[in-house]
Amino acid sequence: MTLALVEHDDGTPTELSLELLSLARQLAAAADEPVVAAVFGEGAEATAATLGDHGVDAVRPVTHANLDGYAPRAWAESLVQLADELSPEAVLAPGSDRGQEVMAHVGASLDRPVAANCLTVAPGAAYELTRQRWGGSLVEHARLESDPKLLTAAAHELAIEPVDGGGEATVEPFEPTLEADHLAVRVARFEESDEEGVPLGEARVVVSGGRGVGGPEGYEPLEALADLLGGTVGASRAAVNEGWRPHADQVGLTGAKISPDIYIACGISGAIQHMVGCKGAKSILAINTDPDAAIMGKADWAVVGDLHEVVPAVVEAIRNGD
Amino acid sequence: MVDVLACIKRVPDTGAKIVLTEDAQDIDASNLGFTMSPHEECAIEEAVQQVETHGGSTTVLTVGPDEAAEQLRTGLAMTADEAVLLETDGAEWGPRATAHAIAADVEAQGRPYDLLLFGNESADGANYQVGVRVARALGLPCVTGIKDLTIEDGVAVAKREVTGGVEVYEVDLPAVVTVKEGINSPRYASMRARMQARKQEVPSREPDPGERPGAFELVRLETPAEGDSAAVVLGEGPAAAPEVVRVLRDEVEVL
Repeated sequence: MTLALVEHDDGTPTELSLELLSLARQLAAAADEPVVAAVFGEGAEATAATLGDHGVDAVRPVTHANLDGYAPRAWAESLVQLADELSPEAVLAPGSDRGQEVMAHVGASLDRPVAANCLTVAPGAAYELTRQRWGGSLVEHARLESDPKLLTAAAHELAIEPVDGGGEATVEPFEPTLEADHLAVRVARFEESDEEGVPLGEARVVVSGGRGVGGPEGYEPLEALADLLGGTVGASRAAVNEGWRPHADQVGLTGAKISPDIYIACGISGAIQHMVGCKGAKSILAINTDPDAAIMGKADWAVVGDLHEVVPAVVEAIRNGD
Repeated sequence: MVDVLACIKRVPDTGAKIVLTEDAQDIDASNLGFTMSPHEECAIEEAVQQVETHGGSTTVLTVGPDEAAEQLRTGLAMTADEAVLLETDGAEWGPRATAHAIAADVEAQGRPYDLLLFGNESADGANYQVGVRVARALGLPCVTGIKDLTIEDGVAVAKREVTGGVEVYEVDLPAVVTVKEGINSPRYASMRARMQARKQEVPSREPDPGERPGAFELVRLETPAEGDSAAVVLGEGPAAAPEVVRVLRDEVEVL
């Protein structure tokens, strides 16, 4: 059996969780064993409708009187106790911030290794796996020998594959035994962002500007284009370091890793550290004065030209309905 | 007063393309400089800023080869008070061995740090584990991925960015906090500070990797097949606008 942590928004599983299930299902199928999903929070039961179509056999909503909201250690402890009951071959978590954090705790609790950011896993007594390093600019082939095997999936790398005739997963609540210590770290409160518009991580269109933008005011046409396309603005590390944009806008190795339908890279050269942040994009359009810039080799489409002329022209053309 | 430990890792300063050694066990760093991950530079900056606010001291620590003293000296130049090298023979230590060595050294030194800072994940391995494992070994609370940290009356108020806002955590010190770039702007150490740091002593101690069940072993590294292909050039300059609009409307369907 494989035990997978599934995250959700009010009963709708997150994209990263569905990506993870592709991996979980593959491992379970090799051993002809079921996939069990551990699901936390309000709406956990409701995930059963969707999760069946992604190969989950049983949903175990984790409920506890003192567990209200995210508490990393308590989530990990619940997984450990569930694993104790189910004796899974592997415990998996999505490649999200929470998934990585919870799995690190599971690894510490069980004193077992964790293979983070996995791309492929060949089942067996020991797993032969590949995982991302350097944000995905290197692939590590590794061997994991552990009982159970603990893994997280690389984000935006695995295809989401619904199964035919999956049906609805069964639902059976699980109540862990939690101590005060397990709940010492928890979200005390949530401060809503006063930023308007689409969050970077969810935008279908990201119009991103790098050093070539030249200054904070240079982002105005990028904002205009993003607005017209229902998207949002991103930035390279170079631009953030210059203080032109807040760090929350940064795309790359130490910023956001995003997966929009299109990434419009304006005045961005395309260094590895940047590209690992946007390689999840379904397509890339590069606007750059340098026809030999590295980004030109990574993009699907390119415009050779000055972004300060090209972007306003595109904005104008959209407004005119050309 | 806060006594802060900032833990860092020496990593190659990779350029546009990563080259591997012939046996594919490591990055060929013969033509590369070394640095630390941006998250960790922010961990040092956060440490010295908290000490500037509350008083106390900052110690910078790494598990790494002799040469990692270079990155520790960067920390000293950023006004950290002390540095400690847990010296290895240069082979890479995994997150479990690294965490064990750090926790064991902190315990052996009997040094009750109030705050232990780490980068959220290392630039190279990105295992997301060392901070959490150290916290657990020392029996301390741990918050990760933090981009804003305030200490008030022995409580760390730590904020983590999530979609649509920030989660706020409040944990009693002593605690482990892993930080992300953006929490602060690391200072640029002056030439004078660098010169002084070069003279400062960096004590080294032998790290203890510990022993534990299960194994994670590197087999080999691989540079993924470059998906490099020339982009379709839609045109030059503003004249390309109609073609861009066509792609956005008909191919990407976002118009």
